[in-house]
Amino acid sequence: MYEIRIHSRGGQGGVTAARLLALAAFRDGKHATACPFYGAERRGAPVVSFVRIDDRPIRVYSQIRSPDLVVVLDTSVMETVDVLQGLKEDGKVLINATHGVDLGDYKTYNIDLTGIALREKLVIAGSPILNTPVLGALAKMGIVSVESVTSAISEMFSDERNVHAAKAAFQELVI
Amino acid sequence: MTEIPKEEYILKCTSACAGCSSSLILRYVLKAAGADTVLVIPACCTSVIQGIYPNTAMNVPIYNVAFAAAAACASGMSEAFLKAGKKTNVIVYAGDGGTVDIGIQALSGAFERNTNFLYICYDNEAYGNTGMQRSGSTPTGARTTTTPGGKMRIKKDLAGIVAAHNPPYLATACSAYPKDLFSKVRKALSIEGPKFIHVLAPCPPGWRYPSERTIDVGKLAVKSGMWILYEREFGKVTINGPSRAAMIKPIPIEDYLSVQGRFKGITSEATDILKSQAEKAAKRLKLEEEGIC
Amino acid sequence: MLTIATGNKAVAAAVKEIKPDVVAAYPITPQTEIVEQIAEYVASGELDSRYIPVESEHSAMAACIGASVTGARSFTATSSHGLFYMHEMVNWAAGARLPIVMANVNRALGPGWNVWAEHTDSLQERDTGWLQVYVSTVQEAYDATLMAFRIAEHQDVLLPVMINLDGFTLSHIMQSLETVDPGDFVPPIQLPYAIDPANPAGYGTLTGPNDYFRFRWDMERSMRDSVHVIKETEEDFGRRFGRSYGFTEDYLCEDAEVVVISMGTLGKEAEVAIDLLRKEGVAAGAMRLRWLRPFPNLDLSGRDVVVIDRDYSFGFGGIIANSLKAKFGVEPFSVIAGLGGQEVTYDDIASFVRERRTGEEYWFGVNDDV
Repeated sequence: MYEIRIHSRGGQGGVTAARLLALAAFRDGKHATACPFYGAERRGAPVVSFVRIDDRPIRVYSQIRSPDLVVVLDTSVMETVDVLQGLKEDGKVLINATHGVDLGDYKTYNIDLTGIALREKLVIAGSPILNTPVLGALAKMGIVSVESVTSAISEMFSDERNVHAAKAAFQELVI
Repeated sequence: MTEIPKEEYILKCTSACAGCSSSLILRYVLKAAGADTVLVIPACCTSVIQGIYPNTAMNVPIYNVAFAAAAACASGMSEAFLKAGKKTNVIVYAGDGGTVDIGIQALSGAFERNTNFLYICYDNEAYGNTGMQRSGSTPTGARTTTTPGGKMRIKKDLAGIVAAHNPPYLATACSAYPKDLFSKVRKALSIEGPKFIHVLAPCPPGWRYPSERTIDVGKLAVKSGMWILYEREFGKVTINGPSRAAMIKPIPIEDYLSVQGRFKGITSEATDILKSQAEKAAKRLKLEEEGIC
Repeated sequence: MLTIATGNKAVAAAVKEIKPDVVAAYPITPQTEIVEQIAEYVASGELDSRYIPVESEHSAMAACIGASVTGARSFTATSSHGLFYMHEMVNWAAGARLPIVMANVNRALGPGWNVWAEHTDSLQERDTGWLQVYVSTVQEAYDATLMAFRIAEHQDVLLPVMINLDGFTLSHIMQSLETVDPGDFVPPIQLPYAIDPANPAGYGTLTGPNDYFRFRWDMERSMRDSVHVIKETEEDFGRRFGRSYGFTEDYLCEDAEVVVISMGTLGKEAEVAIDLLRKEGVAAGAMRLRWLRPFPNLDLSGRDVVVIDRDYSFGFGGIIANSLKAKFGVEPFSVIAGLGGQEVTYDDIASFVRERRTGEEYWFGVNDDV
């Protein structure tokens, strides 16, 4: 089982990112679950979502304690939240950032999702949409296939800019 | 001109959305009411905004209560304080859903019994805490998650319903006019009996506008006549300044509707209903102010 | 069609297939997406139902009752406080012998306000005459909703059915879902005594002490008859759609020396605990209780029983543990866990089994220092 924890702020689409990821994994023929953890969430409050991907049916509902991958859509949550908590020794981190963030021993991938969203004009009510481009980055990391990412995004969103942004992120992420 | 006290009763780190009208409203309500106050809060955004155990973001006692029960609970509290000779302000602070829908029975009962308390309804015109479903207070044409094509029915006339109970004081207010709100709360609390203040509370995620425009949107509501600021003191109507000006020279209603995503694609039919409701309300209030009806 | 959906969306999707005539809707976390999704189906024309956005849950159930007694198929959804606000009418619906179907998303009770999973809400309604089923996966939520209408409307039942799903843990999790075209799986509703001005009758009239008890017995008789209706419905469902259920879902129970009994998502996660325990050489099994009413006949002889109650009856004990004790004479290790969404993992469940003490009660997370 591969476990992913996604950190974001309410209103940034972190929950949708988790659902898109689960849908993409599902289209890859895997079993997948996605669940947000709800605190007293309001727009702007830190939000955590969990995604599990496995070849066999997933019967676990409790929170992910030792993720294989941590995704941080908004680095500002790191001021109040320990995003690395429980991360496996060989775990990876994917961060939405313009320059490299150093997280010590963990293999960290940086990608400017915000920049990609802005360039693709993927902005709603003043906020850049991060949940579709991040799927492209996850595909580059081999978590899901690009084909399934495209299909999942198209299933959920009619606006083509979402697919463009995901493809741009796929191109941009350096492994 | 009353000085607004500097003391804050809402502390930092509430869970409010950026641009939240309710937090702005409550800030001024508490400044006007002072420390000897209890807030009775039914299920609504403020249930969550006040923070999560073990913290509270307010510097007055808050009694959280079930959705339908606020005015009834406040009745009990008010009677108990009366018996004990205490002068503590009992203020219900509730959203529109908890007032005009599920809370209306308790509200009516408390007012009919002449309960000594202040009921403040902050109206963001939907069930905000559960993600913006329509309420009886949602205006015609507004999209909510349960009226995806725009609400067909009219907005309940909450102030009219309360006015039918003949309270000693009833007023409307708006988060964009905090000084006006402050003085109304002060005035209300100086009167014995059941008082009601209906406050328009523009809501960025619900009404779908950028968070920094909350004050703008509130002003547009008043200037277009879609929201009228007035007081009804022992039955006598006084229309307040900004609305008096709006009645002479209103800005087009479309200016108010067009900045809100919830009115996107509103039909001309629905817009006409909104216009005619606003016009009728203004006409009636003017006549009442002149003492004609 | 194979897709991925949340528990709430799955319930709404099943409701769409069953085409209720009337849906009463009132929002409450964590159920709200059910009534929102149905609103979208109605607005888009995918579902031709009369949608009533009522002003409270008491009115939601009252509206369902009014619709149902005319012979219309009706549905609503609620949680916790909403369920309790309609409590009087929940009782009324069963007494009125109306085949109303309601989804209840299990949530804890305030004060303090808590929106997370707990079973006390629906368990407090266990005496009302409603049938109750507890589901543990998105697929099961969908399937159980389809079956609920058929069971409720069966002429041998004519009692309302409540489908229970854990708040957030199941209502908001996305899992795979296969939607089906039910075809004629649920026949058209036929209420034998629907309101008909051509055949006027008084409904629910004043009923004296010499007669009232007969109506209560009639409810119980139908509750007993519902056992065979549930069996047949689930068997037919299995034949048509390939998925079988039962009064319980048993995992490795046949040779089990200790059985963990629970409901909802904990019942599913318990299977992972069982796998861990089996690796350690413990002959453990998990029995997930699905139907709470009618209460199933279980054979618990000859093994230890660990019960996880995601509920409590103050001054008495865990409701499931004590139900089993009363019905079958077992002395369970009664674990009280998961209240208000308290995190309970498969590791925790495994430790309940390893550390079990027959006949004792254990409040998970509470120790002598508290």
